[in-house]
Amino acid sequence: MDALSWDGTLTSRDFLVSARAFAEKWKEFNSAFPPWTWVPCPPKQPPCHLPQLQQQQQQGYLSLEKTCLPGSSKKGHVASQEDVDEISLTEGEEELEPVDNATLVETNNSPQVCYYDFHIVYSDSYRVPVLYFHGYYIDGHPLALDEIEKDLPACSAKVLLESKWTFITQEEHPYLNRPWYKLHPCGTSEWMKLLFLGDDSLAKNGVAVEQYLVSWLSVVGQVVGIRIPFEMLNNPKSCN
Amino acid sequence: MDMEAQRYVWDGAIPLQIHLHESDVATLPAPPPALILAPRIGYLPLLASHLKSHFSSALPPRLDTIWFEYKGLPLKWYIPTGVLFDLLCAEPERPWNLTVHFTGYPVNILIPCEGEDSVKWSFINSLKEAAYIINGNCKNVMNMSQPDQVELWRSVLNGNLEPYRRVSTKLKLGTVGDEYAAKLNLSGETDFSGQVKAGRVPVRLYVWSVSEDFEDLEDAPQIDSWDKVSYINRPVEIQGGEGGRCFTLHDAVKSLLPEYFLDKSLSNEESLTVGDEHEQRVSSEDASSDRKAEEEVENSSEHITSCYQHDDAEIKLVRIQGIQPKLEIPFSWVANNLMNPEHFLHICVYLKVPQANTMS
Repeated sequence: MDALSWDGTLTSRDFLVSARAFAEKWKEFNSAFPPWTWVPCPPKQPPCHLPQLQQQQQQGYLSLEKTCLPGSSKKGHVASQEDVDEISLTEGEEELEPVDNATLVETNNSPQVCYYDFHIVYSDSYRVPVLYFHGYYIDGHPLALDEIEKDLPACSAKVLLESKWTFITQEEHPYLNRPWYKLHPCGTSEWMKLLFLGDDSLAKNGVAVEQYLVSWLSVVGQVVGIRIPFEMLNNPKSCN
Repeated sequence: MDMEAQRYVWDGAIPLQIHLHESDVATLPAPPPALILAPRIGYLPLLASHLKSHFSSALPPRLDTIWFEYKGLPLKWYIPTGVLFDLLCAEPERPWNLTVHFTGYPVNILIPCEGEDSVKWSFINSLKEAAYIINGNCKNVMNMSQPDQVELWRSVLNGNLEPYRRVSTKLKLGTVGDEYAAKLNLSGETDFSGQVKAGRVPVRLYVWSVSEDFEDLEDAPQIDSWDKVSYINRPVEIQGGEGGRCFTLHDAVKSLLPEYFLDKSLSNEESLTVGDEHEQRVSSEDASSDRKAEEEVENSSEHITSCYQHDDAEIKLVRIQGIQPKLEIPFSWVANNLMNPEHFLHICVYLKVPQANTMS
């Protein structure tokens, strides 16, 4: 894709390719974190004997579940050794935004760890990926938006306050028929285009579909506190 | 655009008979149900103030968010009333008997609703999405002036078509088909073969698939869970027809359900199902009849002879704005004339899918 004429969007086929590449890179550079898995949809194929669905028509989403965000548990309290590893790992990385000192809303005066699930789903309307997420206590009880807000990086909470209806919205998950939160995608294609234009090597070599999701999450992830290791951002094409 | 058709769509209404759920009845005797004529293009939570006053003497003091239910199924409030009716009542029930609750909001099934504001923002976000699909950006919607935004929403709330037209033309969302004809005339942007430029039409498809066959709609099984309905929010790409054949409603529905319908290039026979039993049915009580407009199109549309293969999925019903259009109608006409105010075309489809056969 020529970076100059590109409009910042990708086709659903490209999304599949990009998702695969992203999941592999994540496993390679971010192995302390659980991997992103691809969940195909519909999980149950319709009962008919049409020819096997071509790969291109397969739909689905990337899923990262049961993640603890830095700051999503009370300081000093951990639920498991695994949580300790995750939290200390992210704290050691380059700080991209102010430290979040928020603590959880406590119930029953006992500190609780919260889990978050993240899904990256393709939007046919906007032709970009969209981040869906929700948070919940260990017992499965869901977190309300004001509780989630406390776990978000400070600048996100501010934007949330100012644009309540258009930044993070609560909508139905496109596949799961349940309420989830989503980051509104309407500006995505524009800033993706700017992102790629700003990279000299990409402007020269063209936009690589494989790199799309990595770049996308490097921006979007900051809103919810997911960090991309620096190594993942290096475009292999530029290292000649 | 056919102005008459748009008027019929906006005037369409569903007679509702709304019963207060017994758990919310605080004083006996139980109050009589409320009878309301609800606009097809409206949304159920917008009836809240009317219902609260109707049931005021019976309601408990502390009220939660209003929610509605049909035969045990909580109704999704962001789906227009007419679409809910077309989807959930295979055999149209008049009046439509619904149950209203003021407590016990099912937070695990329905997304929260904070009253009129939630409905308004859901509407505006859908309009933004439609603008993005049609124009490639949402600028016109995002840059609407505050007074315009208020007037647009009020016009939908009150069913006033004139102010709606005034504001919505500024959004330059165009019309399918006409826009491309205009482009052909004004600019040299056609390719050398003179093909009509393809465009995207905002569509929301609600598919209910059943594996048992039924002859009459009243024998159709009840939808008792939203898991039985596939919701497909995907734009339809209008392609110029090959050899001058226009892109029909049937083409559009098939393009959104590739897993059920063979690509024409892969099959020798047409896998269409255009049965005579799917004659357009318009009830005289339903004021959204487009009979006059429909007849005009019927006279000019071609009749496609069809044969259907037993092992393909079969479209039992396609319902839009309460009518069942002939499937061979040009899709551009359907999109321009039967869309909702947020510029989405909502299509309900009943699909009979074949049983899994055991092959030797």
